[in-house]
Parts: sequence; structure tokens; C-alpha cells
Amino acid sequence: MTAPAKFEPTTPVDDGRHTDAEEAGGQRGLLKRLGSVTALYTVAVFGAEVLFFSIRAHDRFLTTNNLILTAQNVAVLTVVACGATFVLITAGVDLSVGSVAILGEVVAAKTIINAGGEGVLDAALGIAAGVGVGVLVGIINGVGVAYLKVPPLIVTLGTMLAGVSAAQIITDGVNVPNRTLSGLGNDRVAGIPIIVLVGLGVVAVVGILLHLTVFGRHTYAIGSNADAARRVGINVPGHLVKVYALAGALSGFGGVLSLARFNTTSIGGHQSDPLEAIAAAALGGTSVFGGVGSIAGTVVGVWIPGVLRNGIIILGVQPYWQGIIIGLVLVATVWFDQYRRRVAGGTGGLRRMRLRSTRPSHHPPTTTTKQEGEP
Amino acid sequence: MTTASTPMLEGRGLVRTYGTVQALQGADFAVEAGTVTALIGDNGAGKSTLVKVLSGVEQPDDGVILLDGQPVVFRSPMDAHRLGIETVFQDLALASHLDAAANAFLGRELRRFGVFTAKRAMRRSTMTAFADLGVTTVQDVSAPVMSLSGGQRQAVAIARSAMWAKRVIFLDEPTAALGVVQTRRVLDLIRQIRDRGLGVVLITHTLPDVIDVADRVEVLRFGRRTATFDREDATVELLVSAITGVYSNVAVEAPADATEIDVAGAGR
Repeated sequence: MTAPAKFEPTTPVDDGRHTDAEEAGGQRGLLKRLGSVTALYTVAVFGAEVLFFSIRAHDRFLTTNNLILTAQNVAVLTVVACGATFVLITAGVDLSVGSVAILGEVVAAKTIINAGGEGVLDAALGIAAGVGVGVLVGIINGVGVAYLKVPPLIVTLGTMLAGVSAAQIITDGVNVPNRTLSGLGNDRVAGIPIIVLVGLGVVAVVGILLHLTVFGRHTYAIGSNADAARRVGINVPGHLVKVYALAGALSGFGGVLSLARFNTTSIGGHQSDPLEAIAAAALGGTSVFGGVGSIAGTVVGVWIPGVLRNGIIILGVQPYWQGIIIGLVLVATVWFDQYRRRVAGGTGGLRRMRLRSTRPSHHPPTTTTKQEGEP
Repeated sequence: MTTASTPMLEGRGLVRTYGTVQALQGADFAVEAGTVTALIGDNGAGKSTLVKVLSGVEQPDDGVILLDGQPVVFRSPMDAHRLGIETVFQDLALASHLDAAANAFLGRELRRFGVFTAKRAMRRSTMTAFADLGVTTVQDVSAPVMSLSGGQRQAVAIARSAMWAKRVIFLDEPTAALGVVQTRRVLDLIRQIRDRGLGVVLITHTLPDVIDVADRVEVLRFGRRTATFDREDATVELLVSAITGVYSNVAVEAPADATEIDVAGAGR
């Protein structure tokens, strides 16, 4: 924003988009200071939600205990949704996160039991096994997507089905109770549940990974334009495998946390995890077309349904309403965000789709500028 | 090929076949340091394939590539990058959600502690590089490329390549989608890059641009070079007749099948 135009000819013959873009450049600095633009509307929705429940049930809703309870309830999904965010930013999708969480639970519980133990070492072994099986499934997903070129939806649908099956085979379909990790899931340090602190730790680590490292930047680049990433020498398939492996690791770890919290596996559970994770990411401004997203947005996106569930129960409303409300809020938020971007002419999925759809129908006026159609 | 100096990058007898389609049938091409060489030809003449072969995107079935007179083999675009050869593709190959600085350093990020992106340093370097090249239209290198105009995006893509190129830059139809003023800026940028001593290869259908900026013109037809011109000899009429096959000033063997081409390519 420095470097005053030295010999920039101030001709008014320019096309309109140029000046538009320069105006937009002026506004961008302000929006940037307000934080992640994409998550702005989500934060507003979240604020409105909190305000609503605060007014309707302030004595029970706005308490430290209730806040902690909510944080405890959303911890598992937060960890899982962070992984899903990475995958979505690469313009992929991971439907297997719920199954991987179940696998993580089952493998962790079985490992701990087989290690015979109650000790810290056995617990650590169990956690490592739960995360490890997640990495394994993630690598399978990544290889299927990146090297076998099977659409992510199909690959992860396959591992989603296979994952639950594997968990059932391992356990003979009977849930495995185990209390070894209970401290991780239910104990508190300085009044704050350990599971919440662990969730915050995961958020911090993956937030740094996504936003501050070269790994994160390549993740965005691949989702934005995989071809461009490949041409500058980024190992796109290799990176995708790492991203899916990371999502698998976080899902497996989410399963471990779930086991820790409920002291049992939940083979029948986690059915809606993948969709809730995608919804959370999308609420938080992550584009399902790739290239856009943030961990902070996803965290808010997890909290919106979390608080809603909590508030509805406090108000004594039939809890079945929450799906309808979340569904409406999700679509409305994403629609409004994209509408705003389309109007502003900035970044966004809709604009990207529009660019795509107009490119092939581009007819230059003269034959001398015809696009080249070689193989 | 009449000049005395060794070309910076040269292709001799390049052959590239896609199934039954012979995109290159023994094509020759040369670009010298500090010159703009226009590569022209009708659709399907093999221009894009030639660029892909000379920039390492694809490997020739036959023929040799010489860099400063020495034979080289590009197994990937990275090989070509390492030897200072950059390509600006027609689709620009920009990650549109990332900003100009991130795109300029994509795949070659400046790092801190080995893993973190040195964002500020990259922005500063990008601004300096853009200013050196006279790219004044892109003032905010931290704005997503998506928010820039077509001309600005083109400037980002070309300036990025100029930042890294040490020998040759290929520009594939850089002005195809641009207006008059944007085209002029891009041509100015091309001259700027040439004046740094790089070899610039301009692939285009816009013949006035060729006359305007090129020092030499090479005409490709049916996968072979059929004509070369120095700047002063080139006229739009002459170029058109060379593109359409009416005029030729390079000896061309009679059309041959694939096996004969292999022999011809090796024998050159």
C-alpha cells in the first residue's frame, strides 16, 4: 500500500474493473482489522443467539457452569471439525470423520484393555492407537483422492461405511466400556475441564498450522487452484494425503476424547459427526469450493449449534427443533455471505462459479485472438 | 538462426506425438538473451506443445533442447525452473484466493524456523520486485488476486515469473483477454523484462503486438518452423501469409509419417 505511483499514467481510458478493484483495496484494510471477514456474519449470528438465550433464560443460561458444560459438550466436535476444515479448504470433503471417531474409540479402548491397564502408559498407548488408526484411514482417503483420483465424496463414503464395519468387527458389535481415560474427559484443572483445555490446545496448534505455516498456505493454494500449485512444484497428491491424514488423526483423537468423556465406546453414535463438522466449517466461512476458511470460523461454527442445543433444553423447548433451526441458519448464513461477496465483487464461491461458467463462452471479437485449442 | 551468438535456449528437431496427432513434427526454435521472440502460428500449429516441451511440462519424443549451447533434459517443470526458465500460462496459474505476494512466492516461500511463512518479508520483496518492473497497477500485494482486474492479474503472473526467471520467460497469450491500455502495459512489462537481459518468448495471435514488441518472429505450421523474421522484415501481411502457409523462408521437408520424422529429427 506504499510506493506512490511514479509514472502510472492517470488515463481515464481504463476499464471499470480496475478502479473498482482499487476502491475495494481501500476498504479491505478496514475489514481486515475487524478480523476474519468470512466469519463476521457467523459471529453476528452467534451473538444474536447468545443474546436471545440470555434474555429468555439469563439466570440459567448465563452462568459459568453452563458455559463450561457447553464447552465440554462441543469439545469433541471441535476437534473433528478442525480436521474437516482442512479437507474442505483443499476443495475436498471427508464423510468418514464420524466412522473414524468410532474406530478411534474402539481401537483406543481395546488397546488399553489388552495392555491390561489402568496406568498412564496404557492410557498413552490407547490414545496413540486411536489417533494412529485415524491416520491410517486418513492415508487411505488421501491416496484414494490424490493418487487414484476417486472423488473425495466417494472415497470417504467408502471409508465411512468400512470404518463402522471395522469397529463392529473389532467389538462384535458390543460397546466396550472403559474408564481409564475418564480423567481426561471429566476432570477439571482450576475449574476448567481438561477436555476443554485439550480442545483449545488442538485449536491453537491446527490454527497455527493452517494460518502461519507453509503447509497451511499450500493447503489453501491447492484448494484455490490445484493446477497452479502443481505447476510451481508443490507436491499436490502428497500434500493431499497429509491433509486427509491430519483429518483422520483429529477424528481419531476426537473419538479418544469421546471415549474419555463417556467411559464407553459408542458404535451407534457419531452418525451425524461428518455433516455437523461440515456445517460448522461452512457456518464459519469455509467454502465448500475450496481455498477459503479459517479455524476460528469453524470454532464459532461449532458453538452455534452447541449453544442452541443447550439453550433449547434450558428453555424446555422440544429439542427436535434444533435441526430445523440449524439448517435454516446454515443456509441463510452462507447465502448472505455469498450474496455480500457477489455484490462487493470480492472473493467467494459464487463469483468463482460465475467465472468458471463464463470462461468457455468467451468470444473474442476477432479471429486473431481466438483461443488456442491444442491438446 | 542467422545470428552469430549462441541462443540462450534452443530446440532442435523436436517431435511430440499425442496418440495419432503429431503436434510437433521436428520443430526448431531458438531464443536469445535480451530479445523478445514471438512464436506465432494458427490454432493447432503446435505452439502450446512447443512451449510445454521447452518448459519441461512435457518431454519430447525426439529432438534435443540446448541451454546456452549445452544439451539439457527437462524431466519436469521444476528442472526448467531451476535452470531459470519460467512460463506464464494462458490461464495464469494463480491461486485466486491468495494475495499477489503469496502467489509470487508460491512453492518457493520464504520461511522462518523452517516451517512458518515469512509473510512480511515476502510482501516486501514482492512490492520491491513489482516496483522494479514498473508494475504500478498492483498497489496492494496483500489483496486476494481474485479481487484484481484482468490486467492486474496478468501483471501479477508476469511479474512473478520475472522475479524468478534467470534465462527465459514464456508468455502464452498474455494479452488475449485484455483491453487496449492493459495490453500496452503488458507490452511495456515485456520490454522491461527483455531489457534485463532475459529471453522472452511471446506466444500470441495478435499480430500488431508482435510487430510492436518482438525482435524476432518464428512461425510454426503443422508442428514445424516454416519462417523466421527479424523485426524490421516483419509485416502483418507477411506474417499472415507465413501462418497460412503461403510464405515460407525455411526449408521444410515433405510431409512424412512418424518413423521418418524420427529419423529426420535425429539427423538434424
